[in-house]
Amino acid sequence: MSSRSLRAVARHLSRAEAEAICKRVLEFSTADECRVTINSGVRANTRFAVNQISTAGDNYNAAVSIRAVFGKKVANVTVNRLDEAALRDAVQNAERIAKLAPDDPELLPELGPQTYQDAVVWNDATASLEPDARADAVRQITERARAAGLVSTGYLEAQAQAFAIANSKGLFAYQRSTGVAFTTTVRTEDGQGSGWAGASDNDFTRIDPRQLAERAIEKARRSVNAAAIEPGRYTVVLEPTAAANLIQLIGGALNARNADEGRSFFSKAGGGNKIGEKVVDERVTLYSNPLDPRVPANTVNGDGSPVGATTWIENGVVKNLAYDRFWAQRTGKQQSSTGGTLAMNGGNETVESMIASTQRGLLVTRFWYIRGVDPRTILFTGLTRDGTFLIENGRVTRPVKNLRYNESPIFMLNNLLAMGRPERVSASESGGPGQAIMIPAMKVRDFNFTSTSDAI
Amino acid sequence: MSTSRRDFLRSSAAAAAAASLLTADRAQAAALEARQPLWSGDSDHRELAMRAIDAARAAGASYADCRISSARSQNIGTRERRVTNIGDNETFGFGVRVMVEGTWGFAASSELSADEVARVARQAVAQARANRRAMVKPLELAPIHHPPVPNGQWRSPARIDPFSVAIEDKVAYLMDANAAALAAGARFVNSQMFFLKDEKTFASTEGTVTQQTIFRAQPGMTVTMVSADNRDFQTRQSTDIQPKGLGYEHVLDSNMKAHAARWVEEARQKLSAKPVEVGRYDLILHPTHLWLTIHEAIAHPTELDRAYGFEANYAGTSFLAPPEQFLGKFRYGPDFMNVVADRSAPGSLSACGWDDEGVAPESFHIIKNGIFVDYQTTREQAMWLDWWYKSQNMPTRSHGCSYAQTWADVQFQRMPNVNLMPGERDLVWEDLIAATENGIAIVGDGSFSIDQQRYNAQFGGQLFYEVKNGKITGMLKDVAYQIRTPEFWNAMDMIGGQRSYELGGAFGDGKGQPSQSNAVSHGCPPTRHKQVNVINTGRQA
Repeated sequence: MSSRSLRAVARHLSRAEAEAICKRVLEFSTADECRVTINSGVRANTRFAVNQISTAGDNYNAAVSIRAVFGKKVANVTVNRLDEAALRDAVQNAERIAKLAPDDPELLPELGPQTYQDAVVWNDATASLEPDARADAVRQITERARAAGLVSTGYLEAQAQAFAIANSKGLFAYQRSTGVAFTTTVRTEDGQGSGWAGASDNDFTRIDPRQLAERAIEKARRSVNAAAIEPGRYTVVLEPTAAANLIQLIGGALNARNADEGRSFFSKAGGGNKIGEKVVDERVTLYSNPLDPRVPANTVNGDGSPVGATTWIENGVVKNLAYDRFWAQRTGKQQSSTGGTLAMNGGNETVESMIASTQRGLLVTRFWYIRGVDPRTILFTGLTRDGTFLIENGRVTRPVKNLRYNESPIFMLNNLLAMGRPERVSASESGGPGQAIMIPAMKVRDFNFTSTSDAI
Repeated sequence: MSTSRRDFLRSSAAAAAAASLLTADRAQAAALEARQPLWSGDSDHRELAMRAIDAARAAGASYADCRISSARSQNIGTRERRVTNIGDNETFGFGVRVMVEGTWGFAASSELSADEVARVARQAVAQARANRRAMVKPLELAPIHHPPVPNGQWRSPARIDPFSVAIEDKVAYLMDANAAALAAGARFVNSQMFFLKDEKTFASTEGTVTQQTIFRAQPGMTVTMVSADNRDFQTRQSTDIQPKGLGYEHVLDSNMKAHAARWVEEARQKLSAKPVEVGRYDLILHPTHLWLTIHEAIAHPTELDRAYGFEANYAGTSFLAPPEQFLGKFRYGPDFMNVVADRSAPGSLSACGWDDEGVAPESFHIIKNGIFVDYQTTREQAMWLDWWYKSQNMPTRSHGCSYAQTWADVQFQRMPNVNLMPGERDLVWEDLIAATENGIAIVGDGSFSIDQQRYNAQFGGQLFYEVKNGKITGMLKDVAYQIRTPEFWNAMDMIGGQRSYELGGAFGDGKGQPSQSNAVSHGCPPTRHKQVNVINTGRQA
């Protein structure tokens, strides 16, 4: 290999380029075992505020991580310079640090060659979303908002990434993925109304900017002159984004080791974990499946192990927890992970039918500033935002001021009244593509609101 | 980096000696922060940065800047008697920002070559041209308040470059601390240290070229205690050790081993602590807790981009909007409340010589004698307040609040250190407790959440003490307080003096789309707030 960078003009490393870098790194390695992972690709974005684009840009990066192992000693080094000298330095640095590390008694040998299912997560339209096309998509929102006398703000981000992994035992995998998110918040000029709409997908052509504009504009108009209501326990109709904001929190608590060690909601009183116990309503099934075309993901994990479909909660009963390789071996279980996706089954209701069957309750568009309060119960706090409405006698009657909740998705799924059809949503607080998540709208009783907010 | 045991011992001794120097002589640390040539930089970087802005200008940019950054970070994680992670990361690249006919464009790349910087500069210009399709009003930049700095250099006041310290040394430090926690009865203990060294070159079409080396360090520990019946667990995080803009000496000064047993005992006490009864209490807030309340309820709402709606889709707007209704008119708190933004405190996280627009930061009042008087600004934003500065006979200029988390991200408005200044009386934490009849004293930051206009917030903490008749009478658990920002600060009736002033801070404050992290410190003394709403967060699963 010459000292010239291996990176071509392409906006992510090709399989051949990635394989060549992996091969070179492994040749440099003198460690007992060596693993190389490469993340390359582009993040392109356009941001708008006050009905015009405020910033936009794209950046390309390719980072090579080298994991060197001597006996039970291990260290990781990551660099984003791909020339031969930099890669050689990085290998030497990883090996030097690894030799200084103490033995890791939990270290497992690298995996040999694996078989992976073909991922279905790449989309050409998303990968080729250039500045002009992004600006045109943004204009479909800004011009509608301006024509309506409203103020639009929002964000469009498209990612096209390639992941490669190789090790000294002959394992190699290469997969490409795309992701896109488009969100907008439309406010009235006097700041008295605010509405949000958003979508996330792997395929940009499945996102309709006009529909986003119309939803956010309608919410902004309807949310003007919000009235304060008393905090307390309410029946809520959660639009799919709001439901996903909370349900995705269960994903972070699924760790089997934490449960076995007594520091998780999934810990069992007296010892062990709650696998086999019913923890939520029996209509609830929660799963991850990287091959589901609605929420696809890569089928290879960061350590090179294959990712398959896993059901976490089935008919309300804990079916699986996430086991890394070590904990799976220690406990005699199968390795499992969410692989960056989470989906829930649903029902046949619509948001409209759930509203129609509600005597008194609240319709929630999305939640904000969601932070953990008590891991013993997966209790989180946060607020409603950008469209909260009172439901009376089966119809939405008026906007209400936002409310703070202290609630757990576990409590929520025990108070489940009805579910809609699952939808892919943009549930990342920051508006980026985030994890692929598909959750139904749901109606829940006794949702615990603890105070009101004047924020619009 | 040393590789032998002998070198390791030598570096340990050097580190200890240097750290004691730091402790002994803060003035010397301050002197280090002065703009003096400490990093030779890379002359190639200067040349490539100039090439980038020349290419941008040739492609039609009226203004351009280029940032080249080489950032190295290191993370060591442990639990109990094993190391869970040793990671060493380097990221290198550059970003070019351009203005074309009143619109911004930005592009970045990790390949630093003459051809690539020119290509990326042209790409940034193309971005700006594409953005003109949706332009309504062209942007303007306020002038910088100092002559262009053609060869500026600045370095964090770090005594020990963390990357010069042997991994063995760092691992041994954490293992010793873990052993102390386990010996004290911890069921689980996690500890870690994180370091950053960012060397960046900035150049603009206005003739500014600066080179800065920024260090940050964060050591930390979490101990967990589990009840005998497995029904309860409680943690204590080492929030009395805050992240700092320092080197490895911060780790040595922190001396986690010496504190570990106390943290274990406090976690144990939390298991048997009395659940709080809901109600209104006088709250006495320790600086290790209060910095976060200041961050959320003062520092963020006084960002001007929020007030103008630029963050409406993510981080939110501000209740301090529109500016003409609040500047010089809004009472944030009592007369003794003064909030000052600055980047001068040695070891503070946002300290720098110049911001990412080449502006030397300045200290300025945000709240003066309880009245809100100014926002945080960049060059673009300062123009929005031209009317206010003219009315105050102040120059219209940026306060130097532009920052990008990496070379790959565009710079935008980020907060400097926003500090609540100490009171005139020489009061300390114990004085505030002694003066309180029925209250709760809170130590350390815990959970936090605030609405998108910064009115309604909820905060937890690490330790909660019941205060009765001027004395701490026991520990409470499941405590969180909820505030409405203006009422909370106007209910502040006591404040500590200079002796009780401490720096807290955050490494990863998020804002912007794509979301970027900013590191920031907040200095404050302890305060007391009358009759704050307290809730009980404990529920049965």
